Amino acid sequence: MITIRVQSDDFDVGVECESLTRHQGETGALVTFTGLVRGDGKLRALRLEHYPGMTEREIALITSEAESRWPLQGITIIHRVGELAPGARIVLVAVAAAHRAAAFAAAQFLMDYLKTRAPFWKEEFRGADSRWVAPNSGDDEAALKWR
Amino acid sequence: MRLLYFAWVRQKVGCGEEEFRLPDNVPTVAALVELLKARGPGHAQAFADPSLLRAACNQEHVRFDAAVSDDDEIAFFPPVTGG
Repeated sequence: MITIRVQSDDFDVGVECESLTRHQGETGALVTFTGLVRGDGKLRALRLEHYPGMTEREIALITSEAESRWPLQGITIIHRVGELAPGARIVLVAVAAAHRAAAFAAAQFLMDYLKTRAPFWKEEFRGADSRWVAPNSGDDEAALKWR
Repeated sequence: MRLLYFAWVRQKVGCGEEEFRLPDNVPTVAALVELLKARGPGHAQAFADPSLLRAACNQEHVRFDAAVSDDDEIAFFPPVTGG
């Protein structure tokens, strides 16, 4: 089962894990990654903008690619948009599989691709200033290693 | 065609979306960028350095040598920074 959601509301990791593995007695591994807004003492908020339509489409492409590479039983991807405070959850990637190797690898692949393909942009607010986050070259390298 | 702008491209252009009539002699995304530079001071600023921009045609990532037509939805944005 593939679940993809883009939402401003927070999510509950436990609830999402429960719903991903329910009815799947054959699942032996559930790997989750939760991305948080990293504070630095000065960051007031992060605002996430996205391209509605293309975002869901890109994430669907990424999940199909993961399913073609590893034997998976389910994927849940939730990405929040709008204004988020330091410490807030931004993204959840959860992968269910029979064995851990596939689940770990697919979760990392999904995050690496999400960071470089899905049309989201982060704007940081510090005091009265705001600036758009620059892409991280390490993210590109991380995605390239899966080619 | 429908043009969409995101993040700082949207802020510089001054709007997130606009309708645009594509002239006949504009075959690619790169040619469209050159044309949009002359559309106003905001556009000139947003499109000044195309190497900072990425594009999508009908909600798929494309390179600047990709073909465009008047019924496309073309989006311009900086490199993505989600996750």
